[in-house]
Amino acid sequence: MASAFDEMNGAEGEIREAYAALKRWLDTAPADHLALRRSQAELFFRRIGITFAVYGDAESTERLIPFDIIPRVLTKPEWTRLEEGLVQRVSALNAFLADLYGPRECLKAGVIPEDLIYRNAGFRPEMAGRAVPHGIYCHIAGIDIVRTGPDDFHVLEDNCRTPSGVSYMLENREVMMRLFPELFSDNRVAPVENYPDSLLATLRSVAPRTAGSDPVCVLLTPGQYNSAFYEHSFLADKLGIELVEGSDLFVRDDVVYMRTTEGPKRVDVIYRRIDDDFLDPLAFRPDSVLGVPGVVSAYQAGNVTLCNAIGTGVADDKAVYSYMPEIVRFFSGKDPILNNVPTWRCREKDALSYVLDHLPELVVKEVNGSGGYGMLVGPHATRQQIEDFRRKLKTAPDGFIAQPTLALSTCPTFVASGVAPRHVDLRPFVLTGSDRIRIVPGGLTRVALKDGSLVVNSSQGGGTKDTWVLDA
Amino acid sequence: MLSRTADNLYWISRYMERAEFLARILDATARLATLPAAYGGAGNEWESVLLTAGAAEGFAALYDKPTERNVTEFLAFSPENPSSIRTCFERARSNARAVRTALTGEMWEAINGAYLELGRYEPKNMTREEFARFLEWVKSASLAFDGSAYRTMLRNDAYWFSRLGVYIERADNTARILDVKYHVLLPENERIGGSLDYFQWSTVLREVSALTAYHWVYRQSLQPWLVADLLILNRQMPRSLASSYENIVRFLDDIGSAYGRQGVSQRFSRNVLTRLENTRIEDVFRSGLHEFISGFIADNTKLGSVIADQYLL
Repeated sequence: MASAFDEMNGAEGEIREAYAALKRWLDTAPADHLALRRSQAELFFRRIGITFAVYGDAESTERLIPFDIIPRVLTKPEWTRLEEGLVQRVSALNAFLADLYGPRECLKAGVIPEDLIYRNAGFRPEMAGRAVPHGIYCHIAGIDIVRTGPDDFHVLEDNCRTPSGVSYMLENREVMMRLFPELFSDNRVAPVENYPDSLLATLRSVAPRTAGSDPVCVLLTPGQYNSAFYEHSFLADKLGIELVEGSDLFVRDDVVYMRTTEGPKRVDVIYRRIDDDFLDPLAFRPDSVLGVPGVVSAYQAGNVTLCNAIGTGVADDKAVYSYMPEIVRFFSGKDPILNNVPTWRCREKDALSYVLDHLPELVVKEVNGSGGYGMLVGPHATRQQIEDFRRKLKTAPDGFIAQPTLALSTCPTFVASGVAPRHVDLRPFVLTGSDRIRIVPGGLTRVALKDGSLVVNSSQGGGTKDTWVLDA
Repeated sequence: MLSRTADNLYWISRYMERAEFLARILDATARLATLPAAYGGAGNEWESVLLTAGAAEGFAALYDKPTERNVTEFLAFSPENPSSIRTCFERARSNARAVRTALTGEMWEAINGAYLELGRYEPKNMTREEFARFLEWVKSASLAFDGSAYRTMLRNDAYWFSRLGVYIERADNTARILDVKYHVLLPENERIGGSLDYFQWSTVLREVSALTAYHWVYRQSLQPWLVADLLILNRQMPRSLASSYENIVRFLDDIGSAYGRQGVSQRFSRNVLTRLENTRIEDVFRSGLHEFISGFIADNTKLGSVIADQYLL
């Protein structure tokens, strides 16, 4: 693995332009200043955590995701290119999904093997041939991006189902502005606080055509025991829409209503944070108590919009991911602006034998896995772990892809030993409405806090940073 | 607002009010139990408090004979008891979490604070003194919640549903005390000047924090019919049935006019209040205190389900 590109120090050890002001500030800030601010930041998060009801008791306090006070900085030109790439990619994802559940031109053209779609757990035959409101499937996408050099951004994953983390993006900025007002006067940082407005505008724009001029939107949560409940309640509050559970909704004559103290109220748009499987016991898992019986039938009748649509998981799949460059080309007619990470599909014989020969240097992922689980990071694995994966790969090669171990870029991070480089990724959130695509500048930066670690997932020792896009 | 939100707000208040009620009756019972037999320490106080709390059946399923230790454990700390102080705080907190955005920050902190603090009490081997301090703390936690709701909530349907929970629970609690203790208030049991009755009556008053209030209102020594009058009909007394219903009627009217629609619960509650207003304590005793109270409890329970049907389901 090559040595990593550092976003502040660059390849030659020079201070890169985006970080110039930040570096001056880091150099002049007294050592104990950072430590003090960090403890204040933690206090702030604990307080809002407590205030917002998630991290109340001793056990779950540990689930506070660590926050690093040194921001990650992108220049305007860097962001502009990312933004163009994201618009292109998410437009292609939506066109791809509309095609899969519609005419299937891309399958006919052989862009992607049919069995990869039809045998995919995320593919929902129930939606085939059904129009969805405004033809949009993935209204809220979280595209995970890694960087390996000054101009090298790669998409690592497309999260097309119910991507989370946006509340951290918003709260991280909130705490930074409180703690470091002086930094925000030295740097022109593009605001992110309009995300809830953008999300609401997106949701309203995709209401069914039968809805009135003031469509009723709700956020459907699995409930308070879900690990992302805090985010659900936070977003509903910021959007000013009702946070509903399955039992708050009911369906009559293919119309969805919520139960209110003033009687049933018709619902037009459901921003659902429940997976397809649990959405409707009549259509999917009959044992689900989280969902709304009949909602799928109301959806099929065109009386309610689900955001995201049912069946977007097929585009979330890591085997499908490996075809994204071809998919983008097919639907946009242009070369992808954002690259994929080179990917070996273990279902292909040659690729498999290459992967088996190079396990110690590769990252192997389960096609349907997420959250950094079910993953082998070759260079950091023990001999035993490698042999375990070899066996798994031989038994079920279809279930895996492999990628080179990327030297993810590093950012200065305030850790126990002081300010040190740590690997980061970036998850921008892309909102697709019927009118336009909206992206707030930046996104959520995740950082692997352990020295040398490449795993940024919060479940495995990752933290987050505020992400700045400099506006001048 | 969502029916579930209204339902949660209503039940949060009921649980917080119930926790306080349990603390009060446990406190009064502990005091009564320490009296020598000649002063009313009849020996069955711990059984009686189970009846007042409406927990006798649940208790019998788990324990043998009621003693101070097992009754206090059951009513205050037992997770097996769906209405123990612990369960009340836990349920209030769980409901509050589910509708966090409908609460003010102060209300949330009052509930969450009580829940966190509860974890610090170690029920095993608690001394009487520690237990008494615990009960004081429960009352102050309930007061903090009540005060935060009163001071910080917008006066809209969320507030009105939350208040309805307080007063329906309170009316039920006061009526239960009367239901269990009615026999000590009846004339045939009266042994004028007997210290036994005096302490029984004063215990009833203590259970609703009304001993001092009694003297201010009636300016005479304890008389059983005046104790009943204070708890049932006196509108100055904030825990009386009449006062609770004045509030219930008011908040239901607020809801009705905000929604532009009156319904069964408005009519039903007004009828209960009118009956209380048109009754004198002599009538209550003449037609039977026990029957009166039983009838009231049934009405109050019915109102709860009428409100649920109309708004919360």
